[in-house]
Amino acid sequence: MSILVVADHHNSELTPVTANVVAAAKEIGGDIHLLVAGENCQAAAEAAAKLEGVSKVLVADNAAYGHQLAENVAALLAEIGKDYSHLLTGATAVGKNVFPRAAALLDVDQISEIISVESADTFQRPIYAGNAIATVQSEDAVKVITVRGTSFDPVAETGSAEIEALDKATDAGLSSHVSEELAASDRPELTAAGVVVSGGRGVGSEEGFDIIYKLADKLGGAVGASRAAVDAGYVPNDLQVGQTGKIVAPQLYIAAGISGAIQHLAGMKDSKVIVAINKDEEAPIFQVADYGLVADLFEAVPELEGKL
Amino acid sequence: MKVLVPVKRVVDYNVKVRVKADQSDVDLANVKMSMNPFCEIAVEEAVRLKEKGVASEIVAVTIGPKTAQEQLRTAMALGADRSILIETDEKVDSLTAAKLLAKVVEEEEPQVVMMGKQSIDTDNNQTPQMLAALAGFAQATFASEVTIDGDKAQVKREIDGGLQTIEVKLPAVISADLRLNEPRYAKLPNIMKAKKKPLDSKTPADYGVEVASKLKTLKVEPPAERSAGIKVGSVDELVDKLKNEAKVV
Ligand SMILES: Cc1cc2nc3c(=O)[nH]c(=O)nc-3n(C[C@H](O)[C@H](O)[C@H](O)COP(=O)(O)OP(=O)(O)OC[C@H]3O[C@@H](n4cnc5c(N)ncnc54)[C@H](O)[C@@H]3O)c2cc1C
Ligand SMILES: Nc1ncnc2c1ncn2[C@@H]1O[C@H](COP(=O)(O)O)[C@@H](O)[C@H]1O
Repeated sequence: MSILVVADHHNSELTPVTANVVAAAKEIGGDIHLLVAGENCQAAAEAAAKLEGVSKVLVADNAAYGHQLAENVAALLAEIGKDYSHLLTGATAVGKNVFPRAAALLDVDQISEIISVESADTFQRPIYAGNAIATVQSEDAVKVITVRGTSFDPVAETGSAEIEALDKATDAGLSSHVSEELAASDRPELTAAGVVVSGGRGVGSEEGFDIIYKLADKLGGAVGASRAAVDAGYVPNDLQVGQTGKIVAPQLYIAAGISGAIQHLAGMKDSKVIVAINKDEEAPIFQVADYGLVADLFEAVPELEGKL
Repeated sequence: MKVLVPVKRVVDYNVKVRVKADQSDVDLANVKMSMNPFCEIAVEEAVRLKEKGVASEIVAVTIGPKTAQEQLRTAMALGADRSILIETDEKVDSLTAAKLLAKVVEEEEPQVVMMGKQSIDTDNNQTPQMLAALAGFAQATFASEVTIDGDKAQVKREIDGGLQTIEVKLPAVISADLRLNEPRYAKLPNIMKAKKKPLDSKTPADYGVEVASKLKTLKVEPPAERSAGIKVGSVDELVDKLKNEAKVV
């Protein structure tokens, strides 16, 4: 059995989730290769070679893969993927975009967002916004899988795999990259942060989020938000936590002014310790909170920041 | 320009589902069913394209049981011109759904297939990408803004770090994210009118597609419950608990 892990990266950088995906691959067992498809992505390839358990890093360095357009990367995966028993990647925006296309080209199902490996062909995954956990078994020749990073502890960076250049280039010519608006931030990445402080509609405005950012900075954490806060324009879309946003599982999650809709809980209820600050003592968020504080967030959040 | 909108009948997003005692599945008996919220957004976007004069016809399609006609009627009340039901009582996985939809695409030749990004029951997030692969179309997933210009579409997409704009050649599959638009409600006169719009009934066999899956669900369980927490009376007490009990700060 050999497994191909497809790296999530920004060419010059490997994103942390890749180390979690390799951990899932190790649980399946077998020889693990790692593919970096990008442009000028040598730095990402070198970082990938350090991931423990990886025996070989394949690098497809070509302009066609620079922005990881689905049509081009999926064609590459369909070509080289046939020789593997499993294809794995993180359930990230890129992974979710590319992998189902590759699966269909290989004429196999995809298993989305697994949270555990039961055996080489059996996996668990959440359905219905995490209100149920399904155990699924695949009979497909190639198992195409996206992995929920927070469910697997990352492997160490003690390896030294060989790096091999793949001389492949497919430009389907169907799509092109125009531009990107990326939120620049010095804070830790949301899905990998040890502490997440999230604000909801109760925060009331973009300015209101200042106290949320301050508390996050005090704790060295990341900032998250509910869909309502994103829709209202208080914060950018990439901060949304939930069923259809980011999945987080930090050591400490603080929810301020968030009611606790099932779609939000789906994204944070695996956090180790949950704190809820809400002025409505009936808010459903209190049902999942280890520590609930019924209070006005505009008083409690600054006070908490001051006392930590 | 023709727009095809695949919609799915799913459990209503307000329902908190329960797992059956025999762990075979979730219990959907007597539970409210609706159109998948992301499909509502896709229908709305198609209707707006028609209102702008970009689209000339909107065809809704669903794969599901006979009762899924309700969701097609809803789509037509919102503005779809006609619809197709591919009737089956079997569970249809994303690959099979994509194969059936690829046949519909072959027949209807739409320029745009507007879909939801994810079903809220399986949380798969696969069918649009799979359909695009099988049809040989470009794909623009997780769309938060769509501009059609001749034989191209510019699509702003929600990605992990923010937003990305790509250009795709038409025909293309576009999948809707939450912030693409705010769907309207169907007005009563339109609901009445929708009852008279054409609804074609087909079966998977009509398209020569077998409903089968290599992915078996062995069991469905409730998630691990979090043990009940406590309410603290003050910020001081909270700080004390975080430091000395949970030891997370
Ligand atoms: C298909 C679909 C997908 C979705 N995906 C997601 C998702 O991924 N993530 C997500 O978060 N949501 C998602 N939602 C939306 C979800 O259903 C809720 O609408 C949303 O989570 C509510 O956000 P909120 O808790 O901030 O707002 P509200 O529900 O309005 O809650 C605001 C809370 O703030 C409290 N409050 C107000 N003022 C104060 C104050 N001064 N001090 C303290 N507390 C205060 C109130 O008591 C209230 O509990 C989705 C919905 C659908 C239909
Ligand atoms: N049975 C179905 N009938 C029609 N459209 C579907 C069906 N299943 C999935 N889709 C479409 O594919 C999108 C994503 O679904 P999924 O891949 O199941 O998460 C949905 O929002 C629909 O637009």
